[in-house]
Amino acid sequence: MTSMNTTAKTATQNACKLCNPLGACLAFRGIENSVPFLHGSQGCATYIRRYLISHYKEPIDIASSNFNEETAVFGGSHNLKLGLKNVTQQYTPAVIGIATTCLSETIGDDVPMILREYKAIMGDVPQPIMIFASTPSYMGSHIDGFHSAVRATVKTLAEAGPKSDVVNLFPGMISPADIRYMKEIMEDFAIPYVLLPDYSQTLDGGPWGEYHTIPPGGTTTRAIASSGSASASIEFGSTLEAAKSAGGYLEESFGVPRHCMALPIGIKASDRFFAMLEKLSGKPMPEKHMDERRRLVDAYSDGHKYVFGRKVIIYGEEDLVISMASFLHEIGVVPVLCASGGKSGQMKKRLLEIIPDMDELGITAREGVDFVDIENETETLKPDFLIGNSKGFTMSKKSELPLIRIGFPIHDRFGGQRLHHLGYRGTQELFDRIVNTVIEQRQNSSDIGYTYM
Amino acid sequence: MDTEHISLLKGREKQVYEKKQGGAEIDIACDTKSLSGSVSQRACVFCGSRVVLYPVADAIHIVHGPIGCAAYTWDIRGAVSSGPELHRLSFSTDLQEMDVIYGGEKKLYQSLIELIDQYQPNAAFIYSTCIVGLIGDDIDAVCKKVEQEKGIPVLPVHSEGFKGTKKDGYRAACSALMTLIGTGSTEGISKYSINILGEFNLAGEAWIIREYYEKMGIQVVATMTGDGRIDAIRRSHGVSLNVVQCSGSMTSLAKDMEETYGIPFIRVSYFGFEDMSKSLYDVAALFPDRPEIMEKAKEIVRDEIRKYYPEMQKFKSALTGKKAAIYVGGAFKTFSLIKALRTIGMSVVLAGSQTGNKDDYRRLKEMCDEGTVIVDDSNPVELSKFILEKEADLLIGGVKERPIAFKLGVGFCDHNHERKIPLAGFVGMYNFAKEVYESVMSPVWQFAPRKGGLL
Repeated sequence: MTSMNTTAKTATQNACKLCNPLGACLAFRGIENSVPFLHGSQGCATYIRRYLISHYKEPIDIASSNFNEETAVFGGSHNLKLGLKNVTQQYTPAVIGIATTCLSETIGDDVPMILREYKAIMGDVPQPIMIFASTPSYMGSHIDGFHSAVRATVKTLAEAGPKSDVVNLFPGMISPADIRYMKEIMEDFAIPYVLLPDYSQTLDGGPWGEYHTIPPGGTTTRAIASSGSASASIEFGSTLEAAKSAGGYLEESFGVPRHCMALPIGIKASDRFFAMLEKLSGKPMPEKHMDERRRLVDAYSDGHKYVFGRKVIIYGEEDLVISMASFLHEIGVVPVLCASGGKSGQMKKRLLEIIPDMDELGITAREGVDFVDIENETETLKPDFLIGNSKGFTMSKKSELPLIRIGFPIHDRFGGQRLHHLGYRGTQELFDRIVNTVIEQRQNSSDIGYTYM
Repeated sequence: MDTEHISLLKGREKQVYEKKQGGAEIDIACDTKSLSGSVSQRACVFCGSRVVLYPVADAIHIVHGPIGCAAYTWDIRGAVSSGPELHRLSFSTDLQEMDVIYGGEKKLYQSLIELIDQYQPNAAFIYSTCIVGLIGDDIDAVCKKVEQEKGIPVLPVHSEGFKGTKKDGYRAACSALMTLIGTGSTEGISKYSINILGEFNLAGEAWIIREYYEKMGIQVVATMTGDGRIDAIRRSHGVSLNVVQCSGSMTSLAKDMEETYGIPFIRVSYFGFEDMSKSLYDVAALFPDRPEIMEKAKEIVRDEIRKYYPEMQKFKSALTGKKAAIYVGGAFKTFSLIKALRTIGMSVVLAGSQTGNKDDYRRLKEMCDEGTVIVDDSNPVELSKFILEKEADLLIGGVKERPIAFKLGVGFCDHNHERKIPLAGFVGMYNFAKEVYESVMSPVWQFAPRKGGLL
């Protein structure tokens, strides 16, 4: 399937995406007392652990069913059952989040059936809750695995019940700092909420006196169960389809209204998010957040000249790129290229909704690209800087362009897990960093050495 | 089994041993596949092949499979090159659902042609991943075809993740190298010549080692695979001796070269003053007809140790009595590290590896003090329990072990392939001691719960 927006090269060079199971492991890490479990080769679990550890700097155990040649020939049933038994014994988890890999998907293992058999064999022995997400690496990318795990979680645990005041918040793949901020906002509005997945503590926690087989924190299974009787779901993701999302499932199965919105980055998008909370809670925006908004508007005026007309390339997951483009547009920065390794087929459409004259402004969108494609674009687009994850560093060094690191992964800087991106607070942080990038660039390139900029 | 106080998974008991007086003989069940459901620190066959071949810098490395395997190994090692840097790029056929159904051969062929045209490499390595073995792509045929069309070696590496352990991946990589070896001219190779095997030039380590040997008057033909070049590998059968480090990954290649080309090999280690010196003496001893080689070796050892000795004493006086836990890939490295740690006054309370064999573990037992725990293919739960119980002040391991140490408030030294500071050679020992000192002696641990800090 090739469209005008996809690359013409055959091989992917320096991929601008990761594989499906990684996202699932991350999402499962946000459920309390849960262990992610990959049904496939040992390497998948080990590589993904290593990749996540380099960003979050926390122990991340991911179990594996450890395929061998026999498993591949005769099916993974035996290994999966043995693995579940071992994980249960060693971790005593409340939940095991099982995700498939390209290997188990290709041999066609029927995981739900294996799980039923396993339960039957174990009889009366109490077992952890098994959540299963299908995440073949040859389809989509890590963000699809993430959403698929969240949907599978809700599907397994959500229960019907009398309507409550609870609001579900499915924020997508955001930073632990963003998750903590979202929770703070919900609490400030006094809205009872279920936020899933919550890896704000499991992947960004304090020191340990003893080793925890499973780190403390995460959304409780009880809370997830109550998501079925919630009054509404808010879901972030411009390209996230209801059929693939947790909110979509809850609306379809339990009639919980789904409010899908863009990741709230920038004033306009954050206003929409806060307006939604005002509507759902019946309360006005708390003064604290009004104040943060006012400071942000003030910062916009103080810094506007530095950023106006600057050209930037942004890359990463489609939803993040779209929301960043919307923010950049409102501060006068031109995202000359909005690029993603993902391929939802919706990026341009969503961008047009936010920036109808994007073509005239010289804003382009490309899906399914890799870093070599993006690098080639830098030569003609001549941006002032790049915004995206650490993997753009190779390109940034080669093109001698500053890189503002956001999202995931941040492997070459400290504190990626503590970066804010969302709401007034996150926007403020992003705006400060963008302005400072411009100032630093000017200061460094000037012979005079101004100490006031 | 003398570790009954620790909850081990059934099936793991035989991979853990505690040295005690009157304790049982060591009989670690190593070389096994990791247990299903255990969070192993090991990787897979593909990982084994990829780490061995990764530093070959003038070849392109194409991962045939879905995107993950290529994405997670992009620019992953600190293996540096003095020239081309093709190894730092990540190429994948990025197989999609339709490729899985209809086969990926065409995509592989097309990718190879395009990438070779674009990057003009001296060779191409094609790694097969898990599903390639299942969908039945004939990689060998594709490689042969491209090789004929493009006139460069196009080498299949059969590294389907599930077909064995990391060691099988090493073997697959070595057999790809073996295909190259013997295809180049050995003209100009002196009698006093070696290949350096199993040295990956992390942070420039191969350059340090190479310089020592060259100072001794020995010609280094190929380093495999650190700062690796296809032409050097092709003519590497012309040397008199193979010097093998990282025994786990490259011994099979040394054996093959011995069998095919009659080149003897020795095993060495470049970590720590003691082993580093020995690796120079051992090579010199094999060229007895030129005594100046040995003389030069002695001179290098003397000069280098003299250079670093005073600083080392400072580290030693601070670190004496501190305890270390070691969990690294190969057992051979563990031996060196035990010695190196003793040089700076530290004892070892836990020693383990991902891929050691029975002999390795027997030797480990001999080297270790009473009470030292020895583990094969361990996991975070086990590692952390032993670290706490044995009150280690330092863990030596790789990226996956780092957060275990830091979470528990224990110092850490990265001795895996992502390190950015050379730890090999005499200067490497100094760097190692410095790094250990800076981590163990940091004042931040006063806030760690294990030192009485608040939880």
